[in-house]
Amino acid sequence: MDRRLFLQASAALALIGSSIPARAMRGAKVVVIGGGYGGATAAKYIRMLSNQQIDVTLVEPNKEFISCPLSNLVIGGSRKIADISRPYATLTKNHGITIAQDYATAIDTSARTVTLASGNTLSYDKLVVSPGIDLNMTSIDGLSDAYASGQIVQAWKAGPETLALRKQLEAMPDGGVYAITIPEAPFRCPPGPYERACQVAWYFSKFKPKSKVLVLDANQDVVSKPGLFKKAWAEQYKDIIEYRNQHKAIAVSPKDGLIKFDVQGDVKADVINALPAMRAGVIAQRTGLTNMANGRWCGVNYQSFESAVVKDVFVIGDSIQVAPLMPKSGHMANNHAKVAAAAIVAQLGGMEPNPQPMLTNTCYSFIDDKNVVHVASVHEYLNTERTFKVVAGSGGVSAGPTEREGSYANNWARTIWSDMLE
Amino acid sequence: MPINIFRTGSGFGLTLFIMSASANATDTQTLYTQSLAATCANCHGTQGKSLKDPSVPGLAGRPSAYIIEQMQAFKTGTREATIMHQIAKGYTDEQVKQMAEYFASQKP
Repeated sequence: MDRRLFLQASAALALIGSSIPARAMRGAKVVVIGGGYGGATAAKYIRMLSNQQIDVTLVEPNKEFISCPLSNLVIGGSRKIADISRPYATLTKNHGITIAQDYATAIDTSARTVTLASGNTLSYDKLVVSPGIDLNMTSIDGLSDAYASGQIVQAWKAGPETLALRKQLEAMPDGGVYAITIPEAPFRCPPGPYERACQVAWYFSKFKPKSKVLVLDANQDVVSKPGLFKKAWAEQYKDIIEYRNQHKAIAVSPKDGLIKFDVQGDVKADVINALPAMRAGVIAQRTGLTNMANGRWCGVNYQSFESAVVKDVFVIGDSIQVAPLMPKSGHMANNHAKVAAAAIVAQLGGMEPNPQPMLTNTCYSFIDDKNVVHVASVHEYLNTERTFKVVAGSGGVSAGPTEREGSYANNWARTIWSDMLE
Repeated sequence: MPINIFRTGSGFGLTLFIMSASANATDTQTLYTQSLAATCANCHGTQGKSLKDPSVPGLAGRPSAYIIEQMQAFKTGTREATIMHQIAKGYTDEQVKQMAEYFASQKP
């Protein structure tokens, strides 16, 4: 029997209130592009929620997963990269997911196929696009060349650059200056730059006490947990970290160690960690999914995370145009993935979409190697407004950094890695 | 068993496979509940199953009344917490009940 007819038949059954035959979705094909916090979670949960009825292929170029959360600790030196790496093979072993270690180069939304760098083509009934962010190197003059030569790295995607930045810090003489420039929000991981400042300062305090950390922020104020970060800087890193707001970097010249700003005077630094403006991953741009914010982010129907532009394509994670107070975080991407997975299973099974999906977010930030603060929120989908809003009265931040929250943060990391990969 | 229940206007015969309900049958409410409970998995583990030596407890197999009571205690502040009082306030009593019954039915 034709699959599409079968789906129609299943939908008819749903309308008359019966439970859904599991085989309605049997053999349906889902392709997931990107094996980060969003994509890996989506792949696993589509398998779980469909009772393994739906075939899932995950397209991911890297052999193993390396976590962005906690990667600042590798830069600070209290963790090794192996501590934040996990294999993808468990998704195949435990959940029967096919892994294409490959890079998606094109999507044909009419033919419903994904072309891979290897030349292979995958066909899909539903597609999940979770490519993370693309760093817009042209938003800062000189950055493309500095990046190509290896003089400046971002380390905003965990992996080789995380180690390269660590090496630059190790090579820097005591008394040197590390400068991180922060683009205007929204960007991936709102507390990330400020946590990184803490981790570099922690390293300096132990091994290079005459060195400085400059935080040069294009925004009016610290974007996430401002009170907690500024308190830690004033108390714990008083002589190391200096924060300057309204510093929008427009040019870098690594050979002179110079950073130029749109309004403020030039700044000199030994290690320049320039974070440019960010936008949705390349494959999302190339497919025309980036219909929001002048082509930067992907608009979605928040009830399902289905693209606002193309049917049967679901966009999750950092690439989306966020709802109010929704951070571009790994935890949030994992929660997007679960809503999208349930919506895909519902659609393929001929079920009504969940009328009130929920999301949570928790971002833990390490102030040093052990003490941690958090920000948390719970988001509900409001059908009347067709968006997610933070549930009134929910959420908040820590009272201050504690080792107890450090233990919860470590537990969070290994549990969410397991939730997405095992 | 296949039964022919209706014909569409265009003349296609639609055959529906009515399957006997099994423990694994996916129904709409189960899907919604699994999806809701999945918002706890980031810290408490997939299906509430914690990893070895957790600093955050697993939820699978705990009595539903216990989970409901603890969530209420977090909401009112009678149980001290770093984060759960902030998370608990995001869920209605009905949502907490659904999640609690789901976790109670999971094997730890």
